[in-house]
Amino acid sequence: MKSLGSIRRDFAPWNDPNAKPYIQFDNVTKKFGDFTAVNNLSLTIFEREFFALLGASGCGKSTLLRMLAGFEEPSAGRILLDGQDLRGIPPYRRPVNMMFQSYALFPHMTVENNIAFGLKQEGMAKPEIEKRVAEMLKLVKLEQFAKRKPHQLSGGQRQRVALARSVAKRPKVLLLDEPLGALDKKLREETQFELMDLQQELGLTFVVVTHDQEEAMTMADRIAIMDKGEVMQVATPAEVYEAPASRFVAHFVGNVNMFEGKVAERSANTTRITGATGAQIVVDNASDTSKGADIIFAIRPEKIKVSSKKPADAVNALEGEVYDVAYLGDMTVYHIKLDDGQIVRASALNAARVTEDPLTWNDRAWVSFRPDAGVVLTR
Amino acid sequence: MSNIAITDAIAPSTAAKPLLTRLGAGFVNRLVIIVPYVWLLFFFLIPFVIVFKISLSQTAIAMPPYTPVLDFRDGISGFFAGFRNLNFDNYVWLTQDALYFKAYITSVVIAAISTVLTLLVGYPIAYGMARAPATIRPTLLMLVILPFWTSFLIRVYAWIGILKPEGLLNQLLLSLHIINQPLVILNTYTAIFIGIVYSYLPFMVLPLYSSLEKMDYSLIEAAKDLGCPPTSAFWKITFPLSLPGVIAGCLLVFIPAVGEFVIPDLLGGSSTLMIGKTLWNEFFANRDWPVSSAVAVILLLLLTVPIMLFQQAQAKAQEQGK
Repeated sequence: MKSLGSIRRDFAPWNDPNAKPYIQFDNVTKKFGDFTAVNNLSLTIFEREFFALLGASGCGKSTLLRMLAGFEEPSAGRILLDGQDLRGIPPYRRPVNMMFQSYALFPHMTVENNIAFGLKQEGMAKPEIEKRVAEMLKLVKLEQFAKRKPHQLSGGQRQRVALARSVAKRPKVLLLDEPLGALDKKLREETQFELMDLQQELGLTFVVVTHDQEEAMTMADRIAIMDKGEVMQVATPAEVYEAPASRFVAHFVGNVNMFEGKVAERSANTTRITGATGAQIVVDNASDTSKGADIIFAIRPEKIKVSSKKPADAVNALEGEVYDVAYLGDMTVYHIKLDDGQIVRASALNAARVTEDPLTWNDRAWVSFRPDAGVVLTR
Repeated sequence: MSNIAITDAIAPSTAAKPLLTRLGAGFVNRLVIIVPYVWLLFFFLIPFVIVFKISLSQTAIAMPPYTPVLDFRDGISGFFAGFRNLNFDNYVWLTQDALYFKAYITSVVIAAISTVLTLLVGYPIAYGMARAPATIRPTLLMLVILPFWTSFLIRVYAWIGILKPEGLLNQLLLSLHIINQPLVILNTYTAIFIGIVYSYLPFMVLPLYSSLEKMDYSLIEAAKDLGCPPTSAFWKITFPLSLPGVIAGCLLVFIPAVGEFVIPDLLGGSSTLMIGKTLWNEFFANRDWPVSSAVAVILLLLLTVPIMLFQQAQAKAQEQGK
């Protein structure tokens, strides 16, 4: 499949075969006793990339970040940063900085001393430190809070101090462990864009760990979706959503309808699928599937049209009954129970004002979709 | 106008019930506070006033061994007449005999050195406990408190058996050929330090542990992440954050150590000059109640200053919150 657009124009080093990788995980495994947190994982991150590690808790994403920071050593494999093997280099000698989930602000130091801490360790001259701290305070808009202690700040302000402290040393890579996890929803959304702007402004490489798919989709150039210590897919947010590589990824990111079935027939441009329950679906040619292969057809709810009559021109149309309707304001979600028993989720954008229910419980309804609306998954 | 009238009419009825419960809660609260204060009044303040009065009297061969004795045999006027015979002669006496001054100084110095030693021994223990796996921490805590199950006096006596010239320690060192002659430890200041450090260690370890245990370990990781090597991270992050525990532990050791009597008496021998022993001698050997009372009053004042420092430190720690 052709690569789908990245969120930044003209930034797609992962498509350039000559691009030099900046961070490289080579067959990295990390075990804690009997538990394998990271399993033979390889991953490449490019310079100036905003990279997200997305997964449920316990999938190994934080361990990956901690290995990059130097708090854990890989049990096997190696990690390269800008061509240098990081093995054996303690955290205090690595050119990476981390923003902790708990922020880990030093409670006995003022905001400015927190920010200056890393610079003092470097042995930077005092006037320079002062200049840099002022610069950082301005960057995160906390100039008037320089003399406060962390406990005198709000959650959002503390988050910004933590951010300023971690970028003050101009690290090669900034690691962010659930950077917005402790903020409320509204603040989180605002801060997502602030983080993106900051990354652009400073030109740093960001690696962010999150369990929030919306957060990852909003901010990241590419997302690595992880499960049980392995990477399931690495792709741009659009690719992950529109062309998930597996059943797991399709399920993990957004909502999806899945039809299990077999390839019934392949012609020049189209593939016909017979669903396990008898539904016939025609899709644009799916890659490497042969006749008779067991496959899954995955389609997002918003790509399914719901109507009370069978659309005349539809290639794929299945009949059923309205099982559930949820009006969410901006859109309406329908659950249609097909005549073969499968329940299909479809969402319709309420572009015009809804004044009466077009479809309601127990109405007969048709779901239809284009041949290119979904993807065929083989695993 | 009508608005005001309405609020006026409503106000008493809505306020009445909370006010009543508030009064009730206030009474219970006050009762809870009153009990310990009454206790302190009867068993600390009144005895202290009596001791203070005795310190202003003169010694006498009588029962009780001082004069004047304030009583109502001669009526109210006789009671007040007694006051005229009270004076500060005993305090003047304390300044004239260098013995008392030396005893106070020695006590404070011994207590201070012992406190520092206890801190040096106790900090690594508390640190190790706080960093131990959470599952074994209660056991470690229990082990620290365990010596309290045995009588303090017996434990100090046991040290005599260990430290005396033919004691366990010397036997061990001799048999290992580390020394050729038994070390003289008992009846020296070293023995006093050993005794105090041993006896007061839990009072140092417990507050240190509680302040180290609640410290977020990610702070140390953050310090390392920002380029701080482990030793430097300890002095810049861990130690400053454990200061409330350090101060509490030091005062809990220093204050009782200044007035300590049993340890210097049993382990320090007859030559040690500590204020607790001086007090004992004045009271039991010389039967000089007024002078020993004066010694006690000065000792109390000497200790009140550290206690006030301690309370200030606590208030500050509480204000800091986290």
